[in-house]
Amino acid sequence: MSSVKSQFIVIVGCGRLGSYIAGILSRDGHSVVVIDAKKSAFDALSPEFSGFQIEGDATELGVLREAKAEKADILIASTDNDNVNLMVAQIAKQFFNIRKVIARIYEIKREMLCKNRGIETVCPSSVVGDIFLNFLSDSLERN
Amino acid sequence: MQIMIIGAGKFIYFLAKTFISKGYRVTIISKDNAECQWLSKRLKAVIVNGDGSDPRILEEAEVKKMDAVLALTPNDEDNLTICQAAEHLFGVSRTITLVNDPEQEKVFRQLGVKRAFSLTTVLSGLIERRVESEDVINLIPIGEGEVNLTEIILKADSPVIGKRLKDTDLPGDILVTCILRNRKAIIPRGETVLLEQDHLVVMTLPQSYGEAIRRLTGES
Repeated sequence: MSSVKSQFIVIVGCGRLGSYIAGILSRDGHSVVVIDAKKSAFDALSPEFSGFQIEGDATELGVLREAKAEKADILIASTDNDNVNLMVAQIAKQFFNIRKVIARIYEIKREMLCKNRGIETVCPSSVVGDIFLNFLSDSLERN
Repeated sequence: MQIMIIGAGKFIYFLAKTFISKGYRVTIISKDNAECQWLSKRLKAVIVNGDGSDPRILEEAEVKKMDAVLALTPNDEDNLTICQAAEHLFGVSRTITLVNDPEQEKVFRQLGVKRAFSLTTVLSGLIERRVESEDVINLIPIGEGEVNLTEIILKADSPVIGKRLKDTDLPGDILVTCILRNRKAIIPRGETVLLEQDHLVVMTLPQSYGEAIRRLTGES
């Protein structure tokens, strides 16, 4: 087990991103629950994953209750649908009072809806864009 | 009045048609390209093909000018984003939406979308409140259903016809707020005599609704 305190983490959406994060956090000794509307999505989990799987629509309060969201330290909304992530993240804050809530949002303009709601967002195209620009910075400076 | 409707299907078409006939200007956003073409041939409305939950599409469709936005897609999460984007990013003061799961009414309200209604709640409410009675033609739940306003027509066999309102001996939580008689509104007093074909606008608590119907129509 790692030296950091084990956290209870709910991950909504078990696609490439969700299953990747779930595998690593579970390997590192955290208790992880993954939720996905499709049962087949759990096939993407690595053998190291030892947490729980819940099949259901996480925009329904009942599904998050089943995941014991009220006890969670962290919720990660990583479905491939911005609106689902926005809704789940807001419910996590407002109804379950989860301390740290992170949502993947593809569309930069939708990120603004998370302002002042205590939700952190990750926008893949700006993250990747920054990495690209970083790679380019050397050659751009030389010119 | 300018109204934006986001969604798809026959319901949207008839809703838009009704608004247009009232002289409102209507904008429809639909993801379905074929439907957009179908609508644009039949309605004098601005039809935009795109994802209405994308703030850029809302902006392109001039959401800022709207007096009201109706989010009627089949997905609760899309409707939530539409309402929040219209209100918070574009300053639209009136957004209205339908939710699927009745529990979502509460969720939407807590997340700041005040006008979220569930058809399940509305329809089951109609059944439970026995609106099938032909003497009762209108029923409006107020708040979250704490109070009802009902329009009751007094037929010839009503036990209260010919009585003064104060002699009908209605319980305290049933209030006759208005009488429509020959299309004229009367604010009733205790001395007002009830007549056949009066339309009574009655305010009741949900638990006294059945009692109000019984006392005023004589139905059991």
